[in-house]
Amino acid sequence: MFDYETIRVIWWIFIGVVAIAFALTEGFDFGVSTLLPFIGKTDIERRVIINTVGATWEGNQTWLVLLGGAIFAVWPPVYATLFSGLYVAMLLVLFALFFRPAGFDYRSKLDNPTWRNAWDWALFLGGTLPPILLGVLVGNLILGLPFHLDSDLRSFYDGSFFALLSPFALLCGVTGLLLTTFHGALFLKWRSEDVIYDRAVSVLGVLGPMLIVALAAVMLWVFNGIDRPEITVMASTSAPSNPLHKTVIGNGAGWLQHFMQYPWMWLAPIVALGGFTMAWLLGKGQSRMVAFMFSCLGVVGTALSVGFALFPFLLISSTNPGSSLTLWDASSSHSTLLLSFWITVIFLPIVLLYTRFVYRIIWGSITEATVLKDSHTLY
Amino acid sequence: MFGDDIVMLSRMQFGLTALYHFLFVPLTLGMTFILGIMESVYVMTGKEVYKDMTKFWGKLFGINFAMGVTTGLTLEFQFGTNWAYYSHYVGDIFGPLLAAEGWMAFFLESTFVGLFFFGWDKLSKVQHLGVTWLLAVGTSLSALWILIANGWMQYPVGAEFNYETLRMEMTSFADVFFNPVAQVKFVHTVAAGYVTGSMFVLGISSWYLLNKRDIGFARRSFSIASAFGLASILSVIILGDESGYTEGETQKLKLAAIEAEWETEAAPAGFTLFGFPDQVNERTNYAIKIPYVLGLIATRSIDEEVKGLKELRIESKQRVKNGMLAYAELQKLRAGDLSDVTKQAFEEHKEDLGYGLLLKKYTENVVDADAAMINKAANDTVPKVAPLFWTFRVMVACGFTMLFIFAMTFYYCATRVADQKRWLLRLAVWGIPLPWIAAETGWFVAEFGRQPWTISGILPTHMSVSSLSAEQLWFSIGGFILFYTVLLIIELYLMLKYVRLGPSSLHTGRYCFEQNATAH
Ligand code: HDD
Ligand code: HEM
Ligand code: HEM
Repeated sequence: MFDYETIRVIWWIFIGVVAIAFALTEGFDFGVSTLLPFIGKTDIERRVIINTVGATWEGNQTWLVLLGGAIFAVWPPVYATLFSGLYVAMLLVLFALFFRPAGFDYRSKLDNPTWRNAWDWALFLGGTLPPILLGVLVGNLILGLPFHLDSDLRSFYDGSFFALLSPFALLCGVTGLLLTTFHGALFLKWRSEDVIYDRAVSVLGVLGPMLIVALAAVMLWVFNGIDRPEITVMASTSAPSNPLHKTVIGNGAGWLQHFMQYPWMWLAPIVALGGFTMAWLLGKGQSRMVAFMFSCLGVVGTALSVGFALFPFLLISSTNPGSSLTLWDASSSHSTLLLSFWITVIFLPIVLLYTRFVYRIIWGSITEATVLKDSHTLY
Repeated sequence: MFGDDIVMLSRMQFGLTALYHFLFVPLTLGMTFILGIMESVYVMTGKEVYKDMTKFWGKLFGINFAMGVTTGLTLEFQFGTNWAYYSHYVGDIFGPLLAAEGWMAFFLESTFVGLFFFGWDKLSKVQHLGVTWLLAVGTSLSALWILIANGWMQYPVGAEFNYETLRMEMTSFADVFFNPVAQVKFVHTVAAGYVTGSMFVLGISSWYLLNKRDIGFARRSFSIASAFGLASILSVIILGDESGYTEGETQKLKLAAIEAEWETEAAPAGFTLFGFPDQVNERTNYAIKIPYVLGLIATRSIDEEVKGLKELRIESKQRVKNGMLAYAELQKLRAGDLSDVTKQAFEEHKEDLGYGLLLKKYTENVVDADAAMINKAANDTVPKVAPLFWTFRVMVACGFTMLFIFAMTFYYCATRVADQKRWLLRLAVWGIPLPWIAAETGWFVAEFGRQPWTISGILPTHMSVSSLSAEQLWFSIGGFILFYTVLLIIELYLMLKYVRLGPSSLHTGRYCFEQNATAH
């Protein structure tokens, strides 16, 4: 059907699609949780906020689960190296995620105010730590990770957790948090009325410029202050996957040249900054849906910028460039890629269809009256 | 290769977190079906009490489901974090199965679970029923895919080693999917989940009946649970896992260990009901045997023999030697000698490459292993007998006890006198932990019995781990202990609170504890 090279590229696109779906949907869930204790002053206000994402957060989180599963299926060495190398960081993400299912589900099952307040802060952590940590992770993808592969292709990580927290990576972490919070505020505004609506609008006004500045700063930093490795010798793009069959130099032509080489790639950072700017300008006013859609555009542009910048790298090794993993030499076998392709082509549309169905059913503004009416069933 | 402590800690962490996940999984599997049945009755008869049943048992299901999701995430992360070499080595086969589970199952359950709880007034009766059933189908599909993955680890078919990429690659998806071991595993495990759900509903309903509260509600729940439970426990026992054992070599070792069968016995072999296995002297003390039964269970015939551990170990030793040859040829291939002679020699022995890797524990080079090392490696293929022997018997005992409970409750339901059999109601309450004990011991048998392999005959456990430090593992284990303990206490507290409240937690005004209680 597709030759090995083509299917490798298709999978690079598919993983991008799943990552974007995750950032778009779980992104606003995270953001809403971050805003929860601040925008919601009373118990009922907080319940309104929680219930704007209450019926759907679970499906959204599945994009993250699928992202993990798909990377495992398509790029096993990436899954192995990333998760074991960033052991402590990954476990922190996991522990933070623990707060979410129980937080949503258990919070309103008891009347006790201390209980509810504790869960609200747990939800806050569950929505705030992951975007920071994932932002730091993205920063380190660009900086490169200190790992190497031995001749058995076993990966060894040569750094520590704290080494991940370089100034550049921290800036990426902050940007990640600003992104989800801004996106979440727009979502909250779309689905609420009165006080909550007003507060979401004022938060938006502040977060918008901060996000745009942070994002632009990250971009400038990448173009001016960070080395980009370059592949000098490589087997063919349809050779069996073995990352050790190539030669890579640590400081190549640089990120700017990389974008110059493929000028169409500039579209991504432009869409990112443009999308968020429009979302901010419109969001301060009356617009609900359109502003949110522009924010989605911003998220898509941001994710594409990262993907394009790294291409064809998936994981860069900062200490042993030759061990870097690329989409040409870190993939599963041809037949497994084809198998996974068919599964995805069949099920992705089905999932999107029923997700749309569910959103249509539950859609509408959530108000205090909505919550009071179903006080014993809603979160 | 890696410090034993890293391997040991990784095994401990994976084992404990998996067992913990499986405290919640079987209840989800069972409850979704029972909810489907209850709501179907509601849609067909229009009786409000069945809707209340669906909603109330649904609340308990929800409390459990949240924990199932939380703990499942851990496992998904852990293949990468703790079993990195494993992920590289078998990702080509294992990964797609996990991804398929995501697409087909996780999305289904997690998308519709929200509608199940919040869609009552937004959907028509039939639409909501559809949602409930999709949820049930989603959970069972999720079990299907993960058990195919796990079945492949027990009996790896449809895959082959590729010397260019230094890993296993899938050769036939059909073989992986229709793996007989995986299929029986699926039936056994999913049915075990249905038993768990039934026992849970049966036990709690019995408690309401004993306390003479919400009689109509409890009696109806009780009948559904006893009928569904009886069917499920029969499937668990009759369609048990035995047939899988005739397949692979390592499965034979596991079976012999479960049975503490040291010597090969002439067919038909007897089943050791009881005894004290003694690993050092390789015999079972004070054994009580039932003639014929082992032969029947293991081979489904009376004329095939069941091989004993001592004989199987001799076979392992031969395979370790073959594995050394395979490893030697692989080294040549990797050094760039791609001549036909080498390729052919590798092909000839590559089936036993994994047995060669067992030697890595004793010598990095494998090819220079001496006789003592080969003996040690062959010895490693024999599982520890006593833990397997005992846990297996615990599972079976729980199984037969539950068969008795469900048979009696079903019979007395049919004759409409169940409420009066207080001894039976009490037994049903006390029986609530049984399915969990059976399922946990069952997994122990399956996973501990696979040692020393993560992938039977292919990849030894000591090679599968990530390159981590003991401190990192202690950090994660500490985190799990902390989070999981706190979460479990909270979960149990909420569960007990809602069980005590009973259907009055729905605030319909129809049940006991409510001011204007009308129906009782
Ligand atoms: C026989 C059934 C079974 C088995 C052996 C496992 N699971 Fe599981 N898992 C389920 C049956 C299940 C389920 C019934 O589908 C759950 C439990 C509660 C739930 O929410 O779905 C679930 C939830 C669940 C989730 C959360 C899904 C979501 O977000 O909705 C993940 C990521 C995993 N599991 C992953 C795993 C992995 C990696 C396993 C292997 C080590 C594993 N499970 C063993
Ligand atoms: C179905 C998917 C599953 C997969 C793919 C899987 C895989 C694994 C892996 C990789 C290990 C560590 C390596 C090893 O010790 O061999 C392991 C060990 C273990 N697993 Fe599973 N497992 C699965 C399900 C479960 C479940 C649901 C349970 C329990 C309820 C369980 C119980 C255990 C135990 C007790 C161990 C430790 C055994 C030992 O190391 O002695 N497993 N499993
Ligand atoms: C009463 C007769 C029973 C028999 C003969 C039986 C047989 C077995 C065997 C041989 C295994 C090991 C499979 C392997 O090594 O891969 C197993 C595993 C298991 N059993 Fe049972 N079992 C019985 C009852 C039960 C009951 C009552 C439950 C739970 C309600 C249960 C739940 C499990 C589970 C969850 C596993 C692990 C998954 C698997 O390997 O299938 N079993 N059973």
